[in-house]
Amino acid sequence: MTELDPKAHSIPLADRVAPVEQTIDGEIVAPAGLEAAFQQGMEIKARSQWDYARRRFLRHRLAMLGLVGLVIIFGAGAFANFVAPYSFSEIDLNNLLHAPTTQGHHFFGTDSIGRDYFSRVIWGIRTSEEIGVFVAVVSSIMGLIIGAIAGYYGGVVDNLLMRFTDLVLTLPALAILATVGALWGGGSQWRISFILAFFFWTGIARVVRGVFLSLREKEYVEAAKAAGAGDARIMFRHILPNTLGPIIVNGTISVAAAILTEAALSFIGFGIKPPTPSLGVLVQEGQTNPQQWWLTVFPGLMIVLIVLCVNFMGDGLRDALDPTQRRIRA
Amino acid sequence: MTEPLLRADGLVKHFPVLRGVVFRRAVAEVHAVDGVSFEIAPGETFGVVGESGCGKTTVARLVMRLVDLDDGTLTSDGEDITRVRGEALRKLRLKMQIIFQDPFASLNPRMTVGDIVGEPLHIHNMWKDGGPRRVRELLDLVGLAAEHAERYPHEFSGGQRQRIGIARALALHPKLVVCDEPVSALDVSMRAQILNLLKHLQEEFGLTYLFISHDLSVVRQVCDRVAVMYLGQVVEVAERDALFDRALHPYTQALISAIPIPDPELERKRRRIVLQGDVPSPQDPPRACRFHTRCFKAQEICEQIEPELEQRCDDHPAACHFAEPRAPVVESPA
Repeated sequence: MTELDPKAHSIPLADRVAPVEQTIDGEIVAPAGLEAAFQQGMEIKARSQWDYARRRFLRHRLAMLGLVGLVIIFGAGAFANFVAPYSFSEIDLNNLLHAPTTQGHHFFGTDSIGRDYFSRVIWGIRTSEEIGVFVAVVSSIMGLIIGAIAGYYGGVVDNLLMRFTDLVLTLPALAILATVGALWGGGSQWRISFILAFFFWTGIARVVRGVFLSLREKEYVEAAKAAGAGDARIMFRHILPNTLGPIIVNGTISVAAAILTEAALSFIGFGIKPPTPSLGVLVQEGQTNPQQWWLTVFPGLMIVLIVLCVNFMGDGLRDALDPTQRRIRA
Repeated sequence: MTEPLLRADGLVKHFPVLRGVVFRRAVAEVHAVDGVSFEIAPGETFGVVGESGCGKTTVARLVMRLVDLDDGTLTSDGEDITRVRGEALRKLRLKMQIIFQDPFASLNPRMTVGDIVGEPLHIHNMWKDGGPRRVRELLDLVGLAAEHAERYPHEFSGGQRQRIGIARALALHPKLVVCDEPVSALDVSMRAQILNLLKHLQEEFGLTYLFISHDLSVVRQVCDRVAVMYLGQVVEVAERDALFDRALHPYTQALISAIPIPDPELERKRRRIVLQGDVPSPQDPPRACRFHTRCFKAQEICEQIEPELEQRCDDHPAACHFAEPRAPVVESPA
């Protein structure tokens, strides 16, 4: 049942259903919870939808697990120059294909030319993470702009933009990526990122368009129009905030999807060019020494962990940002 | 009659019915509003009544210039506002505001009440000189507390939300307020409060109302003059008392005969006019007189010649070839 937390100094008005009994500082208080709360010097505070969403997210165990895992992994990647004991290209010819050991901090062993594999995996995380986040941000912005314009203006504009979206969706992404990657990708991380972003915006564009299409008919949009609001104000003040939920969820998931696609691309040799390590590059390199299991298992495991964490978080965000749910209290 | 605040002349709005996915084409047209004319004098409350789907709300949206007219002209204070755009339309918003029917849909759930009421001030660059004070003033005016500005719409009841909508409409000191069924989503006890509030605001600020409703008893309570609409056309316009005492059009008579009378004795004695059938589809309205398919007075002429809305036998215009007052049904309750 609802528990009044004196530190929070707030009670959601939606929870005015009188509970059987309530505890304030260990005392049992009569069911008239609100009066009791007032006597305790508490006040009722408005809680925005974002407050509710944050609370729901913080209560979602898997999502929190994903968040913590992601902070650790991405943190290690982002601070690779501090975390990794060696540089990703430092060669130690005395230690070729060494199995994982704590000696000399070779936690993940060494590869066929004696580079520390732990360091390479950490640097690989950094590359993959940069690609994932870049693709998610750029494709979200692209999808948002295209979806918003299509949904808000409708008609011919909508038709053109959505048929273009359909066209991009029908393209066999991996085949095109391989070709384009081979032609002018040249293994550059940023070019690969742009190409990936070009394939990832479609989902977000569709979601955003749907929201714009339904919300532009809302009476409060009409009310804003009647007050004299222009298109920009209506789009940014009245409709956009309602699309942020789906965009955040979709964007999170596309971080994982971009990392997976980049790994697949690098694995078949059209992605990042060595010696820059990305997780996909590492798995591919490990293939050449099948006896040394650590060369494929550790980067592979990292990919799995990242994608799992991101997806857990995405699920949590989806539940938290769904405005039809308002179960979490206190 | 003094110069009208708003004159509508032959308003027409047809909505296309679209088919097809890529190549959309209009397969039919909904004749939502088909030649509606009226004048609203400053300071009066002009009512528009009719069943659902008769085009009342479309009239409100046309007057507010929220949808574009297909034909006809709108004049306000002698100025043609039919096609104004851009800055001129923004200026027009200062003069005309609207209160919506559904207080749950017309307030953005993600904005605080203060933001909602203050938005028109932001839009018209009036926020800087005393915006927050004006918001408090408006909330006070409609019977809400200044603290409510920090809250979100979902924390309020329907009646309170409608008060927020009214505060928003008044923010710019409009002359004309279009009330699109402002009380039909509220329960009866709330209804009286909101109507009284509207009345009070009208007296205080000299507002003019275009009051749209399907509820004849509400219209009788608040309106000075009333237009009755059927299938996108006005069938009768009259002063309130003239309409309720001496309705000329058979449709108006049928509507009035359906108002319940509180006295059960009288209620039992009175004769109702029960119309046959449903309202025909506005996609394909009947020819000539649109009411002839359901009218108890219909003759051959009604299917051939469209009756104009003009002065016929009494003191006010009605669009019926056989317009005449109905014989008293029961003794007047007074």
